[in-house]
Amino acid sequence: MSEQRAECLRGKGVTKIFGIGDKKTVAVDHVDFDFREGEIISIVGESGSGKTTLSKMLLGLISVTEGQVFFQGQLRDISSGRKKKEYWKSIQPIFQDPFSSYNMFNKIDSVLLDCIKMRGGKNLPYEEKFKMMSEACSFVNLEFKELTNKYPFELSGGQMQRLMIARIFLLKPKILLADEPTSMIDACSRSTILDMLLKLRDEIKMTVIFITHDIGLAYYISDQVYIMEHGKFVEHGPAEECILHPKAAYTKRLINDVPKIYEEWDLSTV
Amino acid sequence: MKNTIKNVFHSPKFVMGFIIFFGILVFTIVYPWFVVADPLDMVGQGNFFKPGTYISVRDTVETKHYVLNITAKAGNVGDRIEADDKADMRDWLVKYGGVSQETMDAADDNELVALWVENYDPKAKQKGLLASKKKAFVRLNTEIEKLMKDADLILAEQNEDGELESTGTITSKEYVNTKDIDNKRTLVLGTDNFGRDVLTELVAATKNSLRIGLLAGTVATLIGLLLGLLSGYIGGVFDNVIIFITNLFTVIPSFVLLILITYSVGQNARGLTLMSVVIGLTSWTWTCRSVRSQVISLRNRDHVNLSKLSGHSLMRIVLTDILPYVASYVVMAFILQISSGILSEAQLSMLGLGPSTTKTATLGQMMNWATMYSAHLNGSWWAYIPVVMVIALISFSLNLMNTGLDQVFNPQLRD
Repeated sequence: MSEQRAECLRGKGVTKIFGIGDKKTVAVDHVDFDFREGEIISIVGESGSGKTTLSKMLLGLISVTEGQVFFQGQLRDISSGRKKKEYWKSIQPIFQDPFSSYNMFNKIDSVLLDCIKMRGGKNLPYEEKFKMMSEACSFVNLEFKELTNKYPFELSGGQMQRLMIARIFLLKPKILLADEPTSMIDACSRSTILDMLLKLRDEIKMTVIFITHDIGLAYYISDQVYIMEHGKFVEHGPAEECILHPKAAYTKRLINDVPKIYEEWDLSTV
Repeated sequence: MKNTIKNVFHSPKFVMGFIIFFGILVFTIVYPWFVVADPLDMVGQGNFFKPGTYISVRDTVETKHYVLNITAKAGNVGDRIEADDKADMRDWLVKYGGVSQETMDAADDNELVALWVENYDPKAKQKGLLASKKKAFVRLNTEIEKLMKDADLILAEQNEDGELESTGTITSKEYVNTKDIDNKRTLVLGTDNFGRDVLTELVAATKNSLRIGLLAGTVATLIGLLLGLLSGYIGGVFDNVIIFITNLFTVIPSFVLLILITYSVGQNARGLTLMSVVIGLTSWTWTCRSVRSQVISLRNRDHVNLSKLSGHSLMRIVLTDILPYVASYVVMAFILQISSGILSEAQLSMLGLGPSTTKTATLGQMMNWATMYSAHLNGSWWAYIPVVMVIALISFSLNLMNTGLDQVFNPQLRD
């Protein structure tokens, strides 16, 4: 099925090495990937396996040591500031920690207004902007009227993270890179956020790259799964195939580590 | 933001420091409204006149005299006797006059004279005293009696032939009202070695020192902040170059550098502005280092990344996403820089490397003058103690403000 979809983001031998000499750390080790448009792709791995480094490379926040990244079939070019800005119109992130994602000195309005400005709506009348912001907020079940003129720290973590999604809704990038968006949030808000990600994919045809350590969550949400261990992809494929019939030992271990409510925990293996 | 300011003014330490500092500042501004004289005007001819009110002698003679029936004090006879004689008198009174050591120790010069007049008897038994010494005491006694004699003063004028003609007398019961006298001057803190009014000079000096401190602090903070922000945020080779320069300035003792620069500039070129710029240029390193390290930890925060991804320019990210987070620290560093700027100036001026001497007074220079003319040796406390107090108060208040701010911004430090 994935063969029919258009190519979105493709990587060939992507590598990131930190430090030099004895202190050299290979964070991401020659990974190949092929993300197709309109899919939800999960990258699953333990902490320290290089997920976040990979996501930062995909965002273009840090340079790629080796290998190429292709965006829509073309070699990605982010050599200058202007080209980077152009690229960032197509890819936007949601970060793990909603509390550190906001500048606590700026009001919430400025976050959303920035998005409108980035989409070229700088000179729109305020009523128009207000309408857009309200629409974005209602998409994530928030009332813009209640949020306007508030500071980020006056919001709860779940509200902050939903506002981040509202930001994505306003920007409408081709790719959304969600770096563990639910790990800092309680279980109840978690499902609403996941539903919103699915809604974004269905309504705006967005490609969602979902980075998580929770393989159950990955199974619940994704079309494609990439399992990452020590900077390498050990297994990838459609979610059902990958998780229900795992081949790599690491995948099996990850699946076994998911706690099951009805089973007693075997702490001796931990 | 409003809350932070409110919190700052709820910190007792900050408020106390603020009151002291602004008290000094307001005094330096208000005082010249009332005393318009040039602070470096040489009022007195001579060194170190005592604090007090000085009235014209001629005026006291010429204005209206009132006769008051009050007992005249022994006057300042005590001051007119030699110090050696006074010591002898004290010895005599304790040994032969029956005065206890405690009363003697407590008595000042005038009380000593009073005790002497009361207790001295040339016929008293003076065992172990040489005859010549006995006679010396008799002579001393006559002298004191002469000083204390209640004789009228005769006023005289010179006539055409050059002879003196009496025009009147002044008895010991005649007084003048100080309000009648036009020519008088109160020197609250006396005069310094050049005969300048210390209080007026001190106010001008405090103002100049504060100006130096503020300017030096601003220069140092601006340089440190700018370099720290840029090197921390940009990183890479730029950071390496900046941190190399910073290390260079840190390793060379800044005070030595300060002395060399001020000395090479030359006496005439050293004005207030130049001094403060020089002090600022040698003291920015610590601000730069700490701002840089804070920026490095902020640089990888999500909100900075998000701002970058929203397409904001470098300048905007630095100013809106990073600067507000280090602002509280910068304010504290600025306060300390002001304080250290004032102290550096005082140190330099003490060494005679201050602003050119004759034009402006600074706190350090007043100290320098006082030491050069050995005010501490001849007991002229008014020439240096007030200066030391002002320096101590300014730096105390600034440090207090800094500690208060620190406690507001770092809640763990609250006691």
